[in-house]
Amino acid sequence: MPDHDAVLNVENLTVTYNTEKGPLDTVRNVSLKIAPGEIYGLVGESGSGKTTLARAVVRYLPANGLISGGAIHLSGTDLLNLPKAEMRRIWGARVTMVHQDPNASINPSMLIGEQIAEVVRAHLNLSKKEAMARAVEMLKKVRMPDPEAVANRYAHQLSGGMLQRVLIATAIATNPEFLIMDEPTTALDVTTEAVILDLIHELMEEYNTAVLFITHNLGVVARICDRIGVLYAGEIMEEGSIRQVFKDRLHPYTRGLLGCVPRVDASRKDIALSAIPGFIPRPDELPDGCVFGPRCDFVEEACRAERPPLVDAARGHQTACRRWELMKGKAEEAREIREDGGTEELGHVVLEARNIKKYFPFTGGFGPLLKGKRPVVKAVDDISVRMRSSFTMGIVGESGCGKTTLARCIAGLEEATSGEIELEGKKLSYSVTSRPREILKKIQMVFQNPDASLNPQHPAGDSVARPLILLRNMSKKQVRERVAELFEAVSLPADYIDRLPHELSGGEKQRVAIARAFAADPALMICDEPISSLDVSVQASLMNLLTDLQDSKGTSYLFISHDLAAVRHISDWIAVVYLGRLWEIGSAEDVFVPPYHPYTEALLSAIPIPDPEIKQDRIRLKGSVPSAMDIPSGCRFHTRCPRKIGEICEREEPPWRDRPDGHRICCHIPIEELEALQGEGLLKKAGVGGDK
Amino acid sequence: MLTYLLRRFGFIFLTLILASIIIFSVTQFLPGDVAQIILGQFATEVAVENLREELGLNKPLHMQYLNWAGGFIRGDWGDSLVSRLPVRPMVMQRLGNSAMLAGLALLIYVPLGIILGVIAALKRDKMPDQLITGVSMAFVGLPEFVSGLLLITFLAIGAGWFPANSSIDPDSTFMESLPYLILPAITVSLSGLGYIARMTRSGTIDVLRTDYVRAAELKGLSGSQVLIRHVLRNSLLPTVTIVAMGIGWLLGGLIVTEAVYGYPGLGRMIVYGIQRQDLPIIQAASMIVVAVYSFSNLAADILYGLLNPRIRVGK
Amino acid sequence: MATANPAMVTGLFRRIRRYPTTYIGFAIVFLFLLIALFGPMLAPYTYTQQNLAARLQPPSDDHVFGTDQFGRDIYSRILYGSRDVLVVAGSGTALAVFFGLLLGLFSGYRGGMFDEIVMRLMDVILSIPPLLLAMVILFSLGPSRVNVIIVVGFLYIPMVARVVRSVVLELKTRQFVEAARLRGESSLYVLYKEILPNVLPPLAVEASMRFSYSIFLVASLGFLGLGVQPPSPDWGLMVGEARTWFHQARWVLYFPAGAIAVLVVGVGFMSDGLRRMLLPGGASDA
Repeated sequence: MPDHDAVLNVENLTVTYNTEKGPLDTVRNVSLKIAPGEIYGLVGESGSGKTTLARAVVRYLPANGLISGGAIHLSGTDLLNLPKAEMRRIWGARVTMVHQDPNASINPSMLIGEQIAEVVRAHLNLSKKEAMARAVEMLKKVRMPDPEAVANRYAHQLSGGMLQRVLIATAIATNPEFLIMDEPTTALDVTTEAVILDLIHELMEEYNTAVLFITHNLGVVARICDRIGVLYAGEIMEEGSIRQVFKDRLHPYTRGLLGCVPRVDASRKDIALSAIPGFIPRPDELPDGCVFGPRCDFVEEACRAERPPLVDAARGHQTACRRWELMKGKAEEAREIREDGGTEELGHVVLEARNIKKYFPFTGGFGPLLKGKRPVVKAVDDISVRMRSSFTMGIVGESGCGKTTLARCIAGLEEATSGEIELEGKKLSYSVTSRPREILKKIQMVFQNPDASLNPQHPAGDSVARPLILLRNMSKKQVRERVAELFEAVSLPADYIDRLPHELSGGEKQRVAIARAFAADPALMICDEPISSLDVSVQASLMNLLTDLQDSKGTSYLFISHDLAAVRHISDWIAVVYLGRLWEIGSAEDVFVPPYHPYTEALLSAIPIPDPEIKQDRIRLKGSVPSAMDIPSGCRFHTRCPRKIGEICEREEPPWRDRPDGHRICCHIPIEELEALQGEGLLKKAGVGGDK
Repeated sequence: MLTYLLRRFGFIFLTLILASIIIFSVTQFLPGDVAQIILGQFATEVAVENLREELGLNKPLHMQYLNWAGGFIRGDWGDSLVSRLPVRPMVMQRLGNSAMLAGLALLIYVPLGIILGVIAALKRDKMPDQLITGVSMAFVGLPEFVSGLLLITFLAIGAGWFPANSSIDPDSTFMESLPYLILPAITVSLSGLGYIARMTRSGTIDVLRTDYVRAAELKGLSGSQVLIRHVLRNSLLPTVTIVAMGIGWLLGGLIVTEAVYGYPGLGRMIVYGIQRQDLPIIQAASMIVVAVYSFSNLAADILYGLLNPRIRVGK
Repeated sequence: MATANPAMVTGLFRRIRRYPTTYIGFAIVFLFLLIALFGPMLAPYTYTQQNLAARLQPPSDDHVFGTDQFGRDIYSRILYGSRDVLVVAGSGTALAVFFGLLLGLFSGYRGGMFDEIVMRLMDVILSIPPLLLAMVILFSLGPSRVNVIIVVGFLYIPMVARVVRSVVLELKTRQFVEAARLRGESSLYVLYKEILPNVLPPLAVEASMRFSYSIFLVASLGFLGLGVQPPSPDWGLMVGEARTWFHQARWVLYFPAGAIAVLVVGVGFMSDGLRRMLLPGGASDA
C-alpha cells in the first residue's frame, strides 16, 4: 500500500548478500518514510549496513546483493517491480546521490560543466548548449565562485569543498524528488563542512526535496536533519524526530553512542566517556533475540528470547528496545562523573620547544627553478610550546595547518629548520638518528593510521617487546612479563600477544600501538590523530584508556587532532594552529570561552554538536586555506577573517595579547574588544547550563 | 607541460649517450683483434698494423668512442667489414622493412588487445574473462620462434594459405610484400596481443571500481555512455604508454621472427652481423633500435600528456 | 563492506578456484622440476649418443619422440635439456633477484643522490630491448652457459630493482618504520627486520615472472644460435636446428617446441597465481 504523503516509502526491506558462507542478510526488516522537504538522518557505525541500505533503496546493489523482501515506493512508483531499463530513467532524474569522497566521485578527465550537463541532457531533453547553461546556473545555485570558469575546469583544479559543491549541483540539476547523501561532508575540514551543511540545508528547503542523509557523525545529524534513524547491525534501533531521539534516547544503543561522544563544554576532569563494550556482530554471527543484547547494560533473559519489534513510544518515535520505559526520563544520567578530576599542582617542565620552524623546499619540476627563485613551503613557521609532566597539550587545526609537521619535528622524524627543542632541560638535536638512547626512550609516538602502525609480518607481542629489548635492556624473561603487563594495561587479552595485525580490529591495533609506545616508558607521548579513523565507540574507549594511563604513569601527551571536541575532552591546555603558526594558547577552559581568537571562534561555531539544544552562532569562513608557499602578508588569517578590522590586518603581524592564567591570543583586536564582540560565547544551551 | 617536455627530452638525450657508451664498449670486448678478423688469419703483421692505424684502433678508447659517436651523428656510420659497403643505406633499408612489419603487427594487436581487454574487464571473473585471460597469458609466454614455426607448419605448409618463407627482395614495396608479411606479423602480434589485453583489462577494472563510474551509472546514463565517457576515457589513457613500453618487446620479437621467416629486416641484420662479427653493422643497427625505442616512448609520453588533463592543464 | 574481513582467506581460495590456470601452472612447474631431477636417470640414451643409421626416425617404441638429424634420441635430449633450461634460467633469475633486491632495498631506503644515479642507470639499461642487449653482450663475451646466466642475471636486475624500490618507498612512509626510527633502530635493522619481510611477497611474484621471461630469453638465444652451443640439448637450440629438417620430419620441431611452450606457459600461469595469492588486489593487476 503506497503511502502518497511520503516521497520514499520503504517497508520491511531485507537485503541479502550471497557470500561464500551462503546468503547473509545484511539489512533486515527496515522500514522508513521520508516526506518532501524532510532530511532524514541515518546514523550508524561502520558495518551497520547504512550504505547497503542506501544502495538497496535505489536498487543499486553489487552483483552478489539482492533485495530479498519488502517493498520500496517512490512517490507511489513501485521500484522493486520496475525493469532495469526503467530504473535508469529514475536514476539521475527522480533520485540522485551525493557520495562521500568528492575527489573520487568526479571524473578526472571530463570538464566539470560537461559532467553536470550530461545528467541534464540525459533526462530533460535539452540541447548541448542549453544543458551547459543549466550547468553554469546550477553552479551559481551552489554559490560557486566564478561559475563559468569552473564549468571549464577539471577536478584536479578544484579544492575538496568546491568539488562537493559540484556534486551537489549535479545532484539537484534535474530537480529530483529524492536525494541520497552518503557521508557528504566526512572528507572535508570542519569549517568547510559547516559551509556545505548550511548550503544543503538551504537548498533542500528551497527545492522541497526528500533527503536520506547517511552519516556516522551525530553532531552533523543534530545540525541538519529533521528526523533520525539509528541503524545497528542492519536493523533500526530507534527512530524519531531529532529532539525526541537526542533528548529521550529510548534505546540503549543510542544512549551508548551519545555517551561516547566527547563534548565541547566538558573535559575528562568532569566526565568519563562511556564506551560501549564489545563489537558490532557480523551478519553471519548474529545473536539470538535483540541484536544489541550482548553489549547492552539493560539486557535481561527475555531480550535473548526473540528479536524485539519496533514499538511506538510516542507519536513518531519508535524504539526496538523492550525495556524502553525504564529509560524514559533518565536522559542525562548516563554519564559517569569523574571524581579524581583536577590535580592542580604544576609538574616539572618536560618539553620546551622554542620558535620551531620547518620549511620544505618545493619540489615540482624545474619550472620555478628556471625563474631563479626556489619557493619554500612554510609548514611550521615559528611555533613555541611548553609542556609539564602529567599534562596534555592539545593542538587543533585543519588539515595542512602544520600540526603534524610540528609533532614530527619534536619527535625528530623531520629535522626542524630552526628553533630549539629541550626535553627535561636537555637540548635535543633535530634528527632522531643523532639522539641518544636515553632521549629516544623518553619521546614516543602513536600514529593516526592503525593499519600502518604495526608491521603486518610481526606478531603484536613482538612489536611491543622490541622497545623493551632495545631501549631498556631487559632479559628475555623480563620482556615476556612486561609485555603481558602492557597488554593488560591496554585491556587486551593475553592471547593477543601472538596475533598478527590482520587478526586485530582497528581499535585493537591502536591499543597495541599505545602499548608499544608505553613500553619505552616515555615522559612525552605524541599522539598524532590517534583516534580519527575509528568509530565513535572505539574512540571513546581509547580516550578513556589514554586518560587512565596518564593518571597511573604521569606521562605527558601532545595530542594532535582536528576534532575539537576530542581535544577539549582530553587536554589541559590547547593550542590553535593555522597556516604554520599559533594563534591562541591557553587552558582548555579558557580557549573554549570568550574572548577567543576569531579563528578559534570560527572553528567552534563550525563543529557539529550532538545536542540540538545547543545553539551555535553562525560564523563561517570564506574561501579555502591559502597555500603555505604563498602566505598572506600581515596577519596570515586576514584573507578569511570574519572580524578583520581593516588595513592593519593586511600590513602588520598581530601582537600577542596576554590574559590571566597564561591564556594568550595573537590578534590586532584588543582583548576587551574581543570580549565585547563575542559576548557570552557560542555554546549557549537553552535551559540546561552548558557552563564553564 | 613545457617543463614536462624539457625533462623528457633531457632524459632521452642522456639515455642515448649512455646506451651508445654501453653498446660501444661492449663491442670492444670482442675476443680477438678487429683488424685481424678483417684480414683473416694469414695476414702479415704489417698489414694488420696498417689497418689498425687506418681504423684508429691504436688511439685510446675514449677517443675511439668520440670518433665513432661523432661519425654516427654526422651520418658516417662506417663500412661493413664483410661487404665493404657503407652501413647507413643498408641499415635504413632494413629499418624500413622492419617498420613495415612492426606497423602491420601494431595494427593487428593494439586494437584487438584493447577490445579483448575491455571485454574481459566487463565480464570480470566470468567465462569470457577466464578465456581471454588464460589465452593471453599463454600468448605472452610463448616465444616467437615456437609460435612462428607452429604457424608455418599449420598455415603455410599444412593449409598452404601463406608462403612459409618471407625472404623477400629487400627493395619490394609494401603491397608486393604484404602476403609475405602476414604470418610474421601474426607471430609478432601474439605476445603483444596478450600484453595489451592484460594491461587494458586491469586498467579498466580499476576504473570500473571508481566512485565516479558509480556516480555516472546513478546519473541514469545509458550503458554505452558510461562506458565511453567515463570508463574508457580514463582506462585507455595509460594504454598509450603501455603500447610504447611494449615496443621493447616488439623489437625483441622482431629479431626472432625475422630469423624464423628469413625476413630481411633490421633484426636479421643484427643476427647476421653478430654471426659474421661485422662490428659497424652491429653498432649502427643497435643504436637505431635503441633510438626507435626511446623516441617511441617519448612520443607516447607527449601523447599521454596531451590527453591527460592533469598534465595538460596544471593547477 | 567492513564486514568482509573474516572471509578473506576463504575468498582467496575461491578466487584461485575460479582460475584453474593457477593449478595447471603449479602442476606443470612441479612436473618439470621432477623431470629435471630424475629425467636423465630415466633417459634411454645420452644426449650426445649418435646413430647415423637411424637418422630422422619417426616416434617408435625405441624412440618415443623419434630421432634427429644425427640419429640422437629426441626424448632423451629433452629429458636432459630440462635440467639445462631450469638451471640456466633459474640461476640467471636468482642472480637478477639477488642483486635487484640489494639495489632496490638500498636505493629506495637511502634515497637522494645514490638512488637517483642507480635508478637512471637502470632506466638506461631498460631502454635497450633485452634480447638485443643480450645478443650484443654475448657477442663480446662469447656464447657459453655461464655467460648466458650472467647476461640473463644482468638484464633483469633493473626490473627487480624497480619493483623492490617502489615497495620500499611505500613501506618507508608506513608508521611502523617511523616507530622503529623513533626507538633508534639502526638502518640495517629497519631494512632487514621491518622492511624485508614485507618485500618478500611482491618479490616472489616478480621472481616468478622473471623466471618465465628468463626461460623465454634463454630459449630465444639458443634458437638464434647465440646462446648455449651444440651439442648441448638446449631446447631453443634444438628448435633452431630443427628448422632445417622439419619439412621432412615434423617431430624434430614439435617435441622441443612443445616442451618450451608448455614450460613457459606453465611458469606464467604459476606466476599469475602467485600474484593472486600473495598480493592484495592482485587479481586485477596485470
